[in-house]
Amino acid sequence: MSARDLFPILPVLLVLAVLPFLGLSGSLVNLLIFMMIVTLAAQGWNVLGGYGGLASFGHAAFFGTGAYATAILQTRYGINAWAALVAGVALGSLVGAFIGFLTFRSGLKGSYFALITLAFAEVLRILANSSEITGGGAGIVVPIDYGFENLQLRDRRFFVLLAVVCVGLGLVITRWLDRSKFGAYLIAIRENEDAARALGVDVMKVKLGAITLSAALTALSGVLYTQNFLFLDANVAYGPWISIEALFAAIVGGLGTMFGPLIGAVVLLGAGEVTKEFSGGIPGFDLLVFGVILIITVAFAPNGLAGISLKGFRRKKSGDGAGASQDGGADA
Amino acid sequence: MYPIPIIAEALINGLMLGAVYALVAVGLTLIYGVLHIVNFAHGAFLTLSMFGIWLLWEHAGLDPYLSILVLTPVMFGLGYAVQRFIIGPAGHGRDNSILLVTLGISIIIENGLLVVFKSDTRTIATDYGFRVIEIGPLLLSWPRAVGFLVTMATAVVVWLILNRTDAGKAIRAVAKEKLGARLVGIDVNHIYALTFALGSACLAVAAGLLMPVFYVNPQTGGAFVLVAFTIVVLGGMGSVTGALLGGLLIGVVEAASSLFLGDSLGQIGIFLLFILVLLFKPTGLFGARI
Amino acid sequence: MTSIKNTLSRRTVLKGAAALGVGVLAAPTVLRAQPAAVKIGLLQPMSGFLSGDGQLASIGAKVAVEEVNAAGGIKALDGAPIELIIGDSQSNAEAGAQATETLNDEGVSIITGGFASGISTTATQAAARYDLPFIVDTAVSDAITGRGLSNTFRFGPSFSIATGIALENLQRLNDAAEDKAKTVALVHEDGLFGSGLAGLMQEKLPGMGFEIVEVISHPTPARDMSNVVLRLRSLNPDLIIPSHYYNEFVLFARTLQQQRVKPKGIYAIFGGAASSYRFVNEYPEAAEGVMDCNHWGMPDHPATAKLMQAVKDEGTFYAYNTPTNYALIHVVAQALEKAGSSDRGALTEVLKTEEFDPTVMPYGTVKFDETGQNQNALPLNTQVQNGDIKVIYPEEYAQADPIFPVN
Repeated sequence: MSARDLFPILPVLLVLAVLPFLGLSGSLVNLLIFMMIVTLAAQGWNVLGGYGGLASFGHAAFFGTGAYATAILQTRYGINAWAALVAGVALGSLVGAFIGFLTFRSGLKGSYFALITLAFAEVLRILANSSEITGGGAGIVVPIDYGFENLQLRDRRFFVLLAVVCVGLGLVITRWLDRSKFGAYLIAIRENEDAARALGVDVMKVKLGAITLSAALTALSGVLYTQNFLFLDANVAYGPWISIEALFAAIVGGLGTMFGPLIGAVVLLGAGEVTKEFSGGIPGFDLLVFGVILIITVAFAPNGLAGISLKGFRRKKSGDGAGASQDGGADA
Repeated sequence: MYPIPIIAEALINGLMLGAVYALVAVGLTLIYGVLHIVNFAHGAFLTLSMFGIWLLWEHAGLDPYLSILVLTPVMFGLGYAVQRFIIGPAGHGRDNSILLVTLGISIIIENGLLVVFKSDTRTIATDYGFRVIEIGPLLLSWPRAVGFLVTMATAVVVWLILNRTDAGKAIRAVAKEKLGARLVGIDVNHIYALTFALGSACLAVAAGLLMPVFYVNPQTGGAFVLVAFTIVVLGGMGSVTGALLGGLLIGVVEAASSLFLGDSLGQIGIFLLFILVLLFKPTGLFGARI
Repeated sequence: MTSIKNTLSRRTVLKGAAALGVGVLAAPTVLRAQPAAVKIGLLQPMSGFLSGDGQLASIGAKVAVEEVNAAGGIKALDGAPIELIIGDSQSNAEAGAQATETLNDEGVSIITGGFASGISTTATQAAARYDLPFIVDTAVSDAITGRGLSNTFRFGPSFSIATGIALENLQRLNDAAEDKAKTVALVHEDGLFGSGLAGLMQEKLPGMGFEIVEVISHPTPARDMSNVVLRLRSLNPDLIIPSHYYNEFVLFARTLQQQRVKPKGIYAIFGGAASSYRFVNEYPEAAEGVMDCNHWGMPDHPATAKLMQAVKDEGTFYAYNTPTNYALIHVVAQALEKAGSSDRGALTEVLKTEEFDPTVMPYGTVKFDETGQNQNALPLNTQVQNGDIKVIYPEEYAQADPIFPVN
């Protein structure tokens, strides 16, 4: 990976970073933060779902673990927020590696993989809802204590900056997947696992690496969520909403593309706000539109919005798959 | 330790409730067996059917059990159309794409219902909703008993359709060997849609059986579909008999565990069972295909 | 129903959306309040899975706005009318924060509402950034007012206040009964408030002379209550204290009736269903005799009949959200009168120092303490009697004597 490879990332980050300082209203700054949080979760999803072809329906397991770990370490053990961030990401990755180890060992793919990730997230949700340390259903409130050292920023434009840095990290990682051997192996496994194995790729190791990386990014998204909203409960952390938004943004934006998750999150959340207003405030209508967008994307633009806009540009490059594709479930 | 009649009643209750779970699961497993996809819209279709039953009761005064007769063909048609005109073309035959399309459909249905009916919980108060069958010290819920019998009858009908009709034979052929079926002239897309229709029709029956004892709001289906996933996996994905047995088993296990361990733990138990079966015996406990 | 919201929030958001989409930015001008109207934000779950509650709350708030404006608006502001801007929290915490931001962009002077604890937590915190006063309606989590946010007030009782009173009333109820209840079973949902409530009961009830024979928790949503009820049938407790959400209560009460479990009493705390006309209407037999300690308006206050009619006209069933939000708007109107200004800081100051008339709510005089909690907030005990909901405690608001034991 050379500096040239990173070149397209810079202007995008710059625009995102400057945006909040151009006098956006509070609600737009807030929306921007939320977009970045969803982008990060989607970037995580994209590593496994887009590059690895393993569509998870339970990324909430990673998001929630990152979010809870940060909140619990700060409120119960008085650990500094930055250290808690690191611990949150580490624990989230660990959960990813654990789930990956169990499921890949059994060769689960496709529907089976979607179902089992969903089940893991649900188990964690039920546990978090009923256990003492997570505050049960009442949730955790992180005390307000503004300051950079506490990862709480009174001026939220700087929180946007922080989130944009994280998204930038996600972009770099994704670019690295495009350029590295590891990424090539992962794509090879997505396209044909048996062939990849025959060519000497350590399938288990590559998949484990992918789910760990994927979980780390999504856990980071959970950490940011905690630090921005300072409140968590089991449905926020482990509820299906984040699994679905992460998957939506990645797919609508463009599976297995660098900018896909970002484009997807911005377009979806932006479209949600717009339809909410145009629908005359009909409750639930914006989500209904989400569903329609998802189906249309899958039907007509399997490469997502990034696929449409960058078609000419991307054609010259190698290693870009047309999204995930494989048949059948477990080889059972 | 509880007195014997209490335990007996709990187990019979579990069996009766498990039958309705099984009916939901039969639809799901049928679709999996033929199309090899997990239909994430299944829960939303169940909710939709329950609202259908409620509407017929509220606006036409139709008894929920009679409404089944009206709603079954409607859901059959809807299921057919959704597979034929949405899932089929949009999914491009790719496993992950189809999964996502069904997810999209479930989101559309759930939020569509929210737009139309709001979040209010609706119930149906029938005369027989509180009726019990007294057998010695046992008080068995009458509507649950009806649910059990109708489920068994429906299972027989599904079996007959699959084994005694040409369409059913074609469905089984496609489930076994898609390419071969196409070669002998079977319209595979039609069979896919037919299977989806049959699976959806099962939900109309389940909805009619549930409404006298349960409630409906736009989220209701989710409570049943997660347990149905477990049953389908337990029974072997694609196996109708497996789903039936799995449903009854889950019902009994749930009743026993909630009696002795508490309902909260029982819930986790179901998911853990689900995960363990997926990990160690993904073909299910009963294994057989359609 | 949401016509108020549409006209008002469309502009800013569209402008914003265009800005984000195209990347061309104009400095957005905060909409200046019309010299005449004072903008009050109402944050409620208008969509999502709490939308029924949001609807009920907005009905109450709208009736109050009409009343204030019909009576000549805010006199201290030359008869300025008040304008209600409804923000939709979409039944979730982050959308609640987002809606609060939007209300702030609209230039509201104060926000009321919140409804759920999670939503209220994130929303009050978002409002605090702008020193925007926020009066929470019925969310009970103690943490809401315990965070040192100087903009945050709570109109209704907190969890500790409400449970304390609920236990006191239970003791009085039992003391007055000839055939006293001794054994208690707790049935609670395993999340949000259920476990907390059960924990508290387990701590306090033994000291009050009750013996807890069983504590049963169940998940939400529950598919079935028959096993819970079977356990109760075998234990036959004198008193059942349930704490769960509406849907589970419906299943529970129906199953109790079917299984012929007849305790001396069912005493719910924030039970929802026992103070819901929907349940009483649909299942009069299962509801009969059930007691609840919950937010509730004064039954003989003239506004109550008016609000019940307004709710009926919307085709839904009356619950506590309506009177609470009705009263809150009146409290805000009083605060505006006392402050003589729609300035946020002035309003916060007045709320901290002055006393207010809670109109339809049984709070005597409203006085916010240093944490922002209304010291005089009080839940009422209600009981379903002859198919109607009657207040039974405290005596000053009681419409009927408690019937206990019921069976």
